[in-house]
Amino acid sequence: MSADHTFAVHVESTDVAAIVRPVGDVDLSSSPMLRTSLEQAIAQSKPRTIVDLTSVGYMDSSGVATLVEGLQRTRRADSAFLLCGMSDRVLSIFQISRLDAIFTIADTLDAALGTDT
Amino acid sequence: MDDACALRITLLSRPALLSCVRRTVEAWCSLTGCAEAELAAVGLAMDEAIANIIRHGYDNSPDGSIEIEFHRDGPTVQFTLTDNARQVPLESICSRPLDEVRPGGLGVYLMKETMDEAVWSHRPEGGMQLILRKTMATSPEVTMREHDVR
Repeated sequence: MSADHTFAVHVESTDVAAIVRPVGDVDLSSSPMLRTSLEQAIAQSKPRTIVDLTSVGYMDSSGVATLVEGLQRTRRADSAFLLCGMSDRVLSIFQISRLDAIFTIADTLDAALGTDT
Repeated sequence: MDDACALRITLLSRPALLSCVRRTVEAWCSLTGCAEAELAAVGLAMDEAIANIIRHGYDNSPDGSIEIEFHRDGPTVQFTLTDNARQVPLESICSRPLDEVRPGGLGVYLMKETMDEAVWSHRPEGGMQLILRKTMATSPEVTMREHDVR
């Protein structure tokens, strides 16, 4: 059995942003796939990388660590890294670990695409 | 502890099983009638505990054994996790400072933050034991449901 059956990541791009859309729970099983997709998205060198978490119902510390890696990579590349579409449950892990103040978090993808950074 | 709710499961040290364990833990805890946020907190703590055993105890080997015993005493739930993994120094099991923004090192912090107690020990026969305990804020409906059962 593999997490591949229940987890997927879609990557798309616009002129200004690479958008990463994980679908499913992000845990130790699926975070390596998210990491690979994030690396591909960041390699597009768009002004901003957006992770749309609308279809993520659960995230653990391995998922958070993957997003911290993405944040650090984009900072080194002098580009923006935004999260959007978080459920209350996913947001809570960022709040507990006090990372909600470190990430730029938008309510929706539209807001993330229009956010001044 | 209330043995009527006791449950024991054994799983292999495979990350693909984490979602099954989370769902089992949350379903079991829902017997206490606790709030959604508390279910989520316990599910997260158990996920982090098992992930830590897989990564740091079994070094990501997929064939290690992890046993979880579930016990309930009124509103208090207790999970005892035992494994046959490498015994890591107890003093090394600690959280990283939260002002260090870097990947990793959050698992222990999340367990301690979401549960009332998280206690690690070395098993004399080898392997580690972790006891996670939390007292839920039960609702009045729970009392009614328990009376209905009786």
